[in-house]
Amino acid sequence: MSAVLQSLVNQPYKHGFVTDIESDIAPKGLNEEIIRLISAKKNEPEWLLSFRLKAYEKWLTMSEPEWQNVHYPKIDFQDISYYSAPKPKKKLASMDEVDPELLRTFEKLGVPMHERAALAGVAVDVIFDSVSVATTYKQKLAEVGIIFCSISEAVHTHPELIQKYLGSVVPVGDNYFAALNSAVFTDGSFCFIPKGVKCPMDLSTYFRINTEGSGQFERTLIIAEEGASVSYLEGCTAPRFDTNQLHAAVVELIALDNADIKYSTVQNWYAGDENGVGGIYNFVTKRGLAKGVNSRISWTQVETGSAITWKYPSCILRGDNSVGEFYSVAVTNNYQQADTGTKMIHIGKNTRSTIVSKGITAGHSNSSYRGLVRIAPTAEGARNYSQCDSMLIGDQCGAHTFPYIQVHNNSAKVEHEASTSKIGEDQLFYFSQRGIDAEEAVSMIINGFCKDVFQQLPMEFAVEATKLLSFKLEGSVG
Amino acid sequence: MIIANSPTILSVQGLRASINGTEILKGIDLTVRSGEIHAIMGLNGSGKSTFAKVLAGHSAYEVTGGSIQFEDKNLLELPPEERARAGLFLAFQYPIEIPGVANTQFLRLAYNTVQTQRGKEELDPLEFDDFVREKMKLLEMKPDFLDRSVNEGFSGGEKKRNEILQMALLEPRLSILDETDSGLDIDALKIVANGVNRITNKDNATILVTHYQRLLDYIVPDFVHVMQAGRIVMTGGKELALELETRGYDWITANKQPVAGVSA
Repeated sequence: MSAVLQSLVNQPYKHGFVTDIESDIAPKGLNEEIIRLISAKKNEPEWLLSFRLKAYEKWLTMSEPEWQNVHYPKIDFQDISYYSAPKPKKKLASMDEVDPELLRTFEKLGVPMHERAALAGVAVDVIFDSVSVATTYKQKLAEVGIIFCSISEAVHTHPELIQKYLGSVVPVGDNYFAALNSAVFTDGSFCFIPKGVKCPMDLSTYFRINTEGSGQFERTLIIAEEGASVSYLEGCTAPRFDTNQLHAAVVELIALDNADIKYSTVQNWYAGDENGVGGIYNFVTKRGLAKGVNSRISWTQVETGSAITWKYPSCILRGDNSVGEFYSVAVTNNYQQADTGTKMIHIGKNTRSTIVSKGITAGHSNSSYRGLVRIAPTAEGARNYSQCDSMLIGDQCGAHTFPYIQVHNNSAKVEHEASTSKIGEDQLFYFSQRGIDAEEAVSMIINGFCKDVFQQLPMEFAVEATKLLSFKLEGSVG
Repeated sequence: MIIANSPTILSVQGLRASINGTEILKGIDLTVRSGEIHAIMGLNGSGKSTFAKVLAGHSAYEVTGGSIQFEDKNLLELPPEERARAGLFLAFQYPIEIPGVANTQFLRLAYNTVQTQRGKEELDPLEFDDFVREKMKLLEMKPDFLDRSVNEGFSGGEKKRNEILQMALLEPRLSILDETDSGLDIDALKIVANGVNRITNKDNATILVTHYQRLLDYIVPDFVHVMQAGRIVMTGGKELALELETRGYDWITANKQPVAGVSA
């Protein structure tokens, strides 16, 4: 890899600051007592505590997955603090009551809150460490019957919905990290779109890990009733620490008849430094249940951060004619590792799914696409189209594709395409011969490569993602 | 056209270059003046394309000796993008494909970069659209060309036309056309040659790198140089190309004297 290329990829992480806010931190370690403490801190009803304890019991019997194509030292789960909340922790009615230090943090992050939220027309729920600190636009959304609040609030205000749906898509014992999350999750976003309502604005959550040595375990639950639709955005950042931090979130989506949920993520957790020290372990379970007929669940993700990414936003297509989509860009650089992809489980008749995955690897990083397409015997006329493209920058990185295809119905149609390309000297020479410098060239090549995914993102996010990618790969090409 | 006392655009002296330690160019001398068209001919492996790439600054080649003066600049001190901005243009033998990037977007970025360098106004997408469509007529290109991804799925002829379109847009002082005729059928060749002829004038200069005399029927050179084993071994007028066409290259090795003026 030439010098220009190298200097392009290696740009410092700009969200690596720590906000000086007093936090309420639980002692390190995981045991029943800690779980009871979290539950008590949050004043939770008995049923939720038993949900947690059941998950914890399950977790104790499970072992960390090892099949993924990533490598890291064993995590000491007793060396993590499972609860960290900014003080003061009283409920906030408006953004004005939020700690100004916190607001400055979000300003630095470029989070469109406050007046900017009004201009952008985005309702934001902000999760700082594991606690939701502010939700905007609640009032306006309530007028059309939409509930958008932190999940711990919803536990108290809408217990019947939480009890009905929490863990219904990702059961407590689904996998090691989902079980851990179910035991210790501290907050997250809750969103409920009632029958027939099209959400008038994009809903958005920003996640931020601030405290060193704390884990983040948030839980998101989104329900779209019959004929409802919503577009949901999620952004994440974290400060730079030399220790690795664990982020094990669970996201559950439920779409009833004719409902439509679009979930977009721009993930920029701290990725560790250029030698692979520090960074977030992003071990996340995301799953959507297209429960009703003609329902649709669409995942779009732009994964640029984290030392290790392990996530497979999936769709269970149970309703007849339901649709699942997965659009992904995963960028890895330096010593980052990513094993990401999706699962499309076709159960209903004439269900359709589309997978478009774009992996960009630079530096010494390693990236794998892992995807399962499964057509159940009941899925008459199901169709899937998958496309996995990898782009390599330099010659020290690796890209892998692991497609799993299981077809149990003869009428199904499954297509898989894959390609690998490389940004090479000749491509860059072509640009430079037209007067275009290497940085602009790389940015253009990458954005062209990711176009199919970026055009799925809401406008604002698409712009952010484009900038993030150029920034991320600055200095990597030559 | 050869013009008396016209300014020198390019002056190459004793140029040597190698790739991975193998010397390809072994001392090239060439002077190109404003208004002139030079053809460089020779067999495969004689170093023609290497010469073109070295002029443009391809990083795979190491210049081990000699000098290249481009107008008032020492070309060897400039990275490729600055050579381009200074007015040196290379039409590629194998233009690369850039999936997902609209041709118009790429063309406008290149155009605006060069314009800025020349202290001129950039064009916004609408202004550029008008401007580029006008230039496309030169090359009989269809408008859908602009929306397609750069060179992706283009036929050989379309790729070459796209190169000449860029030449027309960037208005270089010196254009080097590397095997622009290869892979073109006769109709496409005429269109491309016609485009080039309308771009060349007394204020710029062109170097045609080619195997065959065929292109030179349509773009008539003022000088023909024959390259062999990394050197220019013979220089003549346009008749030399015709002679090469009938006699091949073998006889040159035996007789390295310039034969300008000899008719075929």
